[in-house]
Amino acid sequence: METASPSEAKTNYLNADYGIKSWLLTTDHKRIAILYLGSITAFFFLGGFFAMLIRLELLTPAGDLVLADTYNKLFTMHGVVMIFLFLIPSVPAVFGNFLVPMMVGAKDLAFPKLNLASWYIYMIGAGFILYAIVTGGLDTGWTFYTPYSTTYSNTNVISAAIGVFIVGFSSIFTGLNIIVTVHRMRAPGLTWRRLPLFVWAHYATSVIMVLGTPVLAITIVLVALERLFHFGIFDARLGGDPLLFQHLFWFYSHPAVYIMILPSMGVISEVIACFSRKRVFGYDFIAMSSIAIAVLGFLVWAHHMFVAGISVYAAMIFSMLTFFVAIPSAVKVFNWTATLYKGSITFETPMLYVFAFIGLFTIGGLTGIFLGAVGLDVHVHDTYFVVAHFHYVMVGGGVTGFMCALHFWWPKMTGKMYPEAFARLSAVLVFIGFNLTFFPQFLLGYMGMPRRYHAYPPEFQVLNVLSTAGASILAAGFLMPMIYFVWSLRYGKDAGPNPYRAAGLEWMTASPPPTFNFDETPVVTWEAYNYDEIDAPDHGTQKGVEVAG
Amino acid sequence: MGLRRGLKLPDSEIAVHNLKHHFADLEQQKATSTFGMWLFLVTEIMFFGGMFAAYLVYRLSYYNAWVAGSQTMEIRLGATNTAVLICSSLTMVMAVHFAKLGNRKLTALCLILTLALGFSFLGVKAVEYHGHWVHHEVPGPNFHFEHEGNYDPRQVAMFFSLYFAMTGMHALHMIIGAGLLTWLLIANARGRFSTEYNSPVEIVGLYWHFVDLVWIYLFPLLYLISHHHNG
Amino acid sequence: MWSNLPLFPARASTMAGHVDALYFFLVAMAAFFTALIAVLILFFALRYRKSRSPQATQIHGSTALELLWTGIPLGIVMIIFVWSSVIFFMQTRPPKGAMEIYCVGKQWMWKFQHPEGQREINELHVPAGRDVRMVMTSQDVIHDFFVPAFRIKADVLPGRYTSTWFHATVPGRYHLFCSQYCGTNHSAMVGEMVVMEPADYDRWAAGGVDGSLASAGEKSFQQYGCSMCHRAEAAGRGPNLVGVFGRPVLLDDGRAVTADESYVRESILNPGAKIVSGFKNIMPTFQGQLSEEEVIGLVAYIKALGNGTANLPALVSEPNSGTYPVAPKAESSAAKSDQTAAPAKPATQSIPVHPAARQ
Repeated sequence: METASPSEAKTNYLNADYGIKSWLLTTDHKRIAILYLGSITAFFFLGGFFAMLIRLELLTPAGDLVLADTYNKLFTMHGVVMIFLFLIPSVPAVFGNFLVPMMVGAKDLAFPKLNLASWYIYMIGAGFILYAIVTGGLDTGWTFYTPYSTTYSNTNVISAAIGVFIVGFSSIFTGLNIIVTVHRMRAPGLTWRRLPLFVWAHYATSVIMVLGTPVLAITIVLVALERLFHFGIFDARLGGDPLLFQHLFWFYSHPAVYIMILPSMGVISEVIACFSRKRVFGYDFIAMSSIAIAVLGFLVWAHHMFVAGISVYAAMIFSMLTFFVAIPSAVKVFNWTATLYKGSITFETPMLYVFAFIGLFTIGGLTGIFLGAVGLDVHVHDTYFVVAHFHYVMVGGGVTGFMCALHFWWPKMTGKMYPEAFARLSAVLVFIGFNLTFFPQFLLGYMGMPRRYHAYPPEFQVLNVLSTAGASILAAGFLMPMIYFVWSLRYGKDAGPNPYRAAGLEWMTASPPPTFNFDETPVVTWEAYNYDEIDAPDHGTQKGVEVAG
Repeated sequence: MGLRRGLKLPDSEIAVHNLKHHFADLEQQKATSTFGMWLFLVTEIMFFGGMFAAYLVYRLSYYNAWVAGSQTMEIRLGATNTAVLICSSLTMVMAVHFAKLGNRKLTALCLILTLALGFSFLGVKAVEYHGHWVHHEVPGPNFHFEHEGNYDPRQVAMFFSLYFAMTGMHALHMIIGAGLLTWLLIANARGRFSTEYNSPVEIVGLYWHFVDLVWIYLFPLLYLISHHHNG
Repeated sequence: MWSNLPLFPARASTMAGHVDALYFFLVAMAAFFTALIAVLILFFALRYRKSRSPQATQIHGSTALELLWTGIPLGIVMIIFVWSSVIFFMQTRPPKGAMEIYCVGKQWMWKFQHPEGQREINELHVPAGRDVRMVMTSQDVIHDFFVPAFRIKADVLPGRYTSTWFHATVPGRYHLFCSQYCGTNHSAMVGEMVVMEPADYDRWAAGGVDGSLASAGEKSFQQYGCSMCHRAEAAGRGPNLVGVFGRPVLLDDGRAVTADESYVRESILNPGAKIVSGFKNIMPTFQGQLSEEEVIGLVAYIKALGNGTANLPALVSEPNSGTYPVAPKAESSAAKSDQTAAPAKPATQSIPVHPAARQ
């Protein structure tokens, strides 16, 4: 229990040791989380740079800014970098790493050296992908469809494939670490049903990472082998089947989208409880829905293939399962909304991101229903409707959740507060910019504008211009935090252990935390989100709940 | 294992020295490490599973070609390898047993036997691969297949592609296993294990058994497709 | 006024109305639920903001509510599932007697062949008021045949035929897009569907200089020596192909398959894959010798043999002589062949029909 004033120079994980070696050879989960934060931020802006070029090209119907081949490389690299190097690690590798051990009352993850290895594996994989970019690029689409990727493309398929293969293992090891930690290292008294929903979300995510990613790994190995040795596994001319690639690829890549959203959903549960000052409504249902999404998510992959040449009956089965997988997400949205009822609500920046998430994820999720309806998917598949849908869930959902987490736990990670006014402004800019960028794309898609088009018929121009205008506002909204977060490290107000008076074991230790998290292993006797005790007049000090200094 | 070279600890202190700071006790550490290895093996099942799925899909469509390809496999070599691996799992179990008893010499002996059996597996595999190459059974420009049967040669090439991918990936895992066994041998020789602390041996054992098990599936699927059974 | 808002493309086929109806229902439903959540959140956020609600009330949950908001969405999506499945069945079941147009996609153009013989590139003339079925394949990578105004889409695969169908309603010109990324000029692989009044279309189709697709196929049938083995007479080493198309075929392993376009194509390019019962695996493969267009021609010819609109060419020279027939004449000798194969007469060497499928 920390009672010292935060302005004293206490030893914490940031100042416990100095020098590059102490960071590059650390096994402290918190330092590793910071290493990941730096890397993924860099890749986010790289992916965003590619996006900017794409949107600039799409201002005019003609392909006049870049060559067709260049454009094809741009959207491919945008996808590869954003998905594999940013989104998939984002919340789990930064906030999962930092917080899961603390939230379960442990000193570290189960396998700290494996955790560091995860980061190095990620960086090595990223190195291969960067090499592929810098020495000519990749133009297969992030989906690597055969036989284009194995036989016809003239770009750096193999080095990019190796990079993706390696990065996959980073994901697998992170997931493995989290699962084992949650099972084996919970503090005394911390039963499963007392765990924060953030932990449940990361547990479910880790199950997906561990089961799904190996299939991507072997698929990409087969693509590389085919490209090198022309085995013919996916090439019809050699007796192979291009559809086999699609089945294997989507078997991972569909559950992958739940890797990208479940952690953010966990974030929302934590933050909404804090700024409503009450426990999350329907805790059991939210926890179970995370598991349900993880399980059902493995059963729907061929909804990416409705028009690819699968049988009518297969399409119907996958359509029905796709509708089922939507239900647990809807349940979460209703439960979060109900959490606000009879709460005591304040509107700090993380809460603004919560509202943004719920609105944008609802739209994104509902448009998934459009795509799961086979008869309608025939028309909108591979159009901008799909592009709009997945950006609503991945950016409106996933990235918004990441920004929410960044603002909520920044004080814990750094001991500093960010400037609230600028933070709120950038949240609003992100919300407005995002909608302006991607809502027109639903209309474009239904009108028939296909994806991955360098040039398009003139009648689609107005909506494209709107979309590009929105993108510039969105970019501003994302650039501002870069500036004020860095500013806060030097000039921000000291945060204290628990500036938001939030529930959770991570708030019961100093900000920034000491290297081993807790001076004594906590013994947990309370339910998650015990805001009634935290807000009670006697401050519940017997439970060791910290009051902001 | 965090121990300075040449520093020998009395048995009673080995366990304590190997307890990592974030675990409450050795028992939690062992349970955690074992769980971790089981979970890793689950990921390996998924990894090999992709290739098994591809094999299954094509076997159903290209059955005649699968029969033709399987007929060229040397069943004696494959069966020998199967016996070798099963024996190596036995010697591995014995290594774990002796490690638990704290018997360094017998642990070392069993590890060496396991390693030797593993290398002989790889040796036989090399002989087989060479045979396939000589008979033009490696897919690519050198591929040329002419045997009895109702099949499409391209489909037989598909069989061999999967054969090399699956057994090649398996062999790679065996090589990694050999590396792990060597590491155990060195640690054992340096007196790192005791009756209280020997979980690395058991955990590498789990990995080794898994690699053995993968082969036990590969052998019938690749070598024993009967041409008498119809479909 | 509504047609100026970019809400939906032109409705130029019988499917368009169905797809749009489902779409607008989904839009309404999505708008309703989005608005519901948005209004609830705004209302709760304002009503229960800290200044008006200084103390939160802890509520664990409500099983009744959970069941309600699980059950109602489940019911709604099941309705959507049934509705969209009905539409999907319509989209994937072309009516009998649809006219077929063959399509070969390649990087980066569309090649079309009408049964009457017209060939087109990137532009496809079709009649309004008639069912049209597209039979498509790719020469290289995966492409996708997408006509927004018809609300149809299907991937075009190498090594296989895929198909889609439509019944155009309104004459005009409509976008055709490739919508499966296929390389450099993917966005240039576009074309136009030119829907014509039926009478105009008939005139246009008859104006072609090439012979019909089936007659081109007949030429290939002789040029490549098919007629050496696939004959009506008993001495043919291959099955008689008259009356075969569209019917079940018995294979040597006991399976029965339908002789559709895919089966014919596979039999030409990969004859060892399926052997007809009673015949040996001696047919050579023509993989690499025939272009996709020639294969399509052969398919059309065999289809014509199947429905009696074409005949086998007569052989001028003896079988086994190794020379090709000199003058193909559509003799009535073909009429003597047993057009409806019956397993009870193996001497005719015609393709055995699966017993269960006897007419």
